[in-house]
Amino acid sequence: MSEFKIVGKPIPRHDAWSKVTGDLKYADDFSLPGMLFAKVLRSKYPAAKIISINTSKAEQLDGVRAVLTAKDVPYNETVTKFGQSTEVGKGFEGLYRVLAEKKVRFMGEAVALVAAKTEEIAEKALDLIEVKYEPLPGVFDPLEAIKPGAYLVGENNTNIIGEFGCHQGDIKKGFAQADIIIEDTYKVPFVDHVYLEPEAGISWIDDYGILNIRVSTQVIEHFRDVADVLGLPHNKVRYIGTIMGGGFGGKEDITVETYLALLTWKTKKPVRLVYTREESILCHSKRHPFVMKYRVGAKKDGKLVALDAELISDAGAYPYLSPWVTLYATVNAAGPYCIPNVKVRAHCVLTNNTFTSANRGFGAPQPNFAYESIMDELSHKLNIDPLEIRRRNCLTTGKALATTGQVLKTYVALPEVAEKAWKALGESTECKDENRKIGQGLAIGLMSYGRMTFLHDSSRCYVRLESDGSVLIRSGIPDLGGGQISLLCQIVAEELGVPMSQVKIYHSDTALTPLAGTTTATRQTYMSGNATLKAAREIKNRILKKAAEILNVNQDKLDIINEKVLVNYDPSQYVPLVEVIKACNADGIELFCEAQFNAPSTIVPNLSNIRGMTFPDFTFGAQAVEVAVDTETGQVEILKLTTCYDVGKAINPLSVEGQMEGGSIYGMGYALTEEVIMEKGITMTPSFAEYIIPTAVDVPDVKAILVESGGGLGPYGAKGIGEPACSIIAPAILNAIYDAVGVRIKSLPATPEKIIRALKKDYFKK
Amino acid sequence: MEEYRIELTVNDEKIIGAVKAEESLLKFLRRNGFTEVKCGCEKGECGTCTVILNEKAVKSCIVLTLQANHKEVWTVKGMEKLELGRKLQESFVNHGAIQCGFCTPGMILTAKDYMDKNPLPDRKEIKKAISGNLCRCTGYKKIVDAIYDVAVENHKLEGEIYV
Repeated sequence: MSEFKIVGKPIPRHDAWSKVTGDLKYADDFSLPGMLFAKVLRSKYPAAKIISINTSKAEQLDGVRAVLTAKDVPYNETVTKFGQSTEVGKGFEGLYRVLAEKKVRFMGEAVALVAAKTEEIAEKALDLIEVKYEPLPGVFDPLEAIKPGAYLVGENNTNIIGEFGCHQGDIKKGFAQADIIIEDTYKVPFVDHVYLEPEAGISWIDDYGILNIRVSTQVIEHFRDVADVLGLPHNKVRYIGTIMGGGFGGKEDITVETYLALLTWKTKKPVRLVYTREESILCHSKRHPFVMKYRVGAKKDGKLVALDAELISDAGAYPYLSPWVTLYATVNAAGPYCIPNVKVRAHCVLTNNTFTSANRGFGAPQPNFAYESIMDELSHKLNIDPLEIRRRNCLTTGKALATTGQVLKTYVALPEVAEKAWKALGESTECKDENRKIGQGLAIGLMSYGRMTFLHDSSRCYVRLESDGSVLIRSGIPDLGGGQISLLCQIVAEELGVPMSQVKIYHSDTALTPLAGTTTATRQTYMSGNATLKAAREIKNRILKKAAEILNVNQDKLDIINEKVLVNYDPSQYVPLVEVIKACNADGIELFCEAQFNAPSTIVPNLSNIRGMTFPDFTFGAQAVEVAVDTETGQVEILKLTTCYDVGKAINPLSVEGQMEGGSIYGMGYALTEEVIMEKGITMTPSFAEYIIPTAVDVPDVKAILVESGGGLGPYGAKGIGEPACSIIAPAILNAIYDAVGVRIKSLPATPEKIIRALKKDYFKK
Repeated sequence: MEEYRIELTVNDEKIIGAVKAEESLLKFLRRNGFTEVKCGCEKGECGTCTVILNEKAVKSCIVLTLQANHKEVWTVKGMEKLELGRKLQESFVNHGAIQCGFCTPGMILTAKDYMDKNPLPDRKEIKKAISGNLCRCTGYKKIVDAIYDVAVENHKLEGEIYV
């Protein structure tokens, strides 16, 4: 192919203007005549028996149209899915319960639903619902919950909902060869996504009796799950996905949709439901806290010889995606390193905390924090430069993952990315203030893009060339703000030789757009990018074939550029695209195509020892940080932050940089400030005043370095970047803190309190 | 409950309505179709609901509608009518300063209000100015770039060298 015209260019997204003018209608911006307002009654206790629910007073309140409890839900208990069309089994599809029945499992669990004429009436009605609870002891620590005889969160006879393992080599022998062994326990907390747009949606029944739900979701395929809850055929529920005000995995599970569906189905009226910020923090999924016991052995020269890791993840009150996340963590547990002897065990445990599920990074940031802290520890103890020790151990093309043995067949940009990130950090900043210490830290990592291969993932896209030369795309792709939709427009514009302004996309509608799968797992560039490329190239081929007849030249000498089909060695010979379209139309040649792209597929692995391919491919990256630590207050300031990833091909560099910059800061919050504090299941941080995310004054100007190896499996060799971008920044920051003040913080976030306590150990002992 | 008559301009257009005493300006504006004013927390913490009220950027969720009586409100939709507003919109688009876009209206209004008073801020001042507006997607860099570029451009127009 000749030089790119649109792909690879930092162009504004097609939806950017609608966002700066405020014209774009998010989920909460949409109203319908006669619309009712919904509210959800939530459990006051993290663990309790429901003795009785009396809704009669609420029902009698003027303006109330419906009050629903579990008994009103046709199928209150189904299974948690996230768009997969294959049955996976093996405990992956856990219980999804719409409304609590008999027992509540976490504080904030939905107990009853109300629809009323106004929001105020709906709120009043909540107060009139009488629920008698009998509090139960509950269990809040996964290390307690895993013990035999522990309080049982659910109805099964164990709290363990998933166990995974990987073994390779012989760890006993491995540790016997080690000159140095590092053994430590690392902990990470609950964190929230806090997308700025809280969960929202609206539902109605259309002229044909179809239940429509317009909702902010990463997974429009939940239409099937909603249909199952109502006992409807799948084709009687339609999802229209809105452009999201952020998602980060928090809109991967069902949020408001089943509640909307039940209330609309009952009242036959349009219903709108929007969570408050407090409700959002209280009730939607969190990132998994992990307790990670690591033991790593190395030779004097820094070469790793053995790794033994035991990971325990807190699933909270319901499984949702916890088994999947824990599997991701298992595969990621040894990082991007060659280690001959490895043993990883991971356990996923229910507690009476708020449930946990997908959060940007999906099980990678947790072990990444542990193993990269240990690599730093090794580097200091063995007196080997942080970059050098990684150079000596990192995976390279053709090597196999230390956990699963999956062979890396595509290009592995290690240690290249590490060298670039570390070098770009530059010399250490000088500081004369003796209470302000400067330190630098490095972390490297890998993360998959695309879903686990045993999910048999696919994406579809429809492209049509209109008679005037404009182009229409239909794709079920949801856009959470990463520019997923604009990316497809760019690919089509490139292939069909038209400007972006000539491309219009219809997206995320289960009735009208081919299903493209979920905007999760960093999969859309790869999956829907490929499906779109396939459809566009099919049409392009038909155009070139016809143009070859018209111009009387060989088809492979033709290209479409600026709406002209031209001879590439002599651009003065051309025929306007619209003329070729006319000719095609006259001959009945189809100028539309719906294409499907399938990811490689495997069978469900043996979960106690996962071997071979579990992911299509991986993205490799490195992040380097310089911090200043105030030794009097423990305050950390990030002075420099560099992030370098092999993104394969940056289809829109502005979007890719955006992911790398934003991902870094997302991870910076994880490292330094963010924690959903739960005390015995009660959330103590239900607002932005307690749950602290980075603001503009807290952040450095992130320096994003893009490596474009062209080695990815996506269109034009692209790789995914959304989740990898945030998955290793926490250890880079904590390693920099160690470099600055010699204090190793082993639990996130590294708050000033933790740092000062570690720095002034003697003082605090007194 | 008693309702009060209210009269204000939004983006230079007169709006007359009736409000309850406790209704926030955010709710009033959204109820009247100004859905470009976003609701992220309703506690004055996130900045998505920022509007300009009589030449001052405020968080409309913690302003009562009655406090805006006979006053002038600007939302992001009105920015295309104002030179600096339009420049900021354009700069946000060209710099890729927008991801999910939910913080964007508030960011642009805060920047506009600040630059009306301080046309030549440096990056640090810009960061401070927008620190009451949270963004979860961008890491703020491209937002600061977008605002800074408008400042630089402003200065070039004045024919001075800006460092």
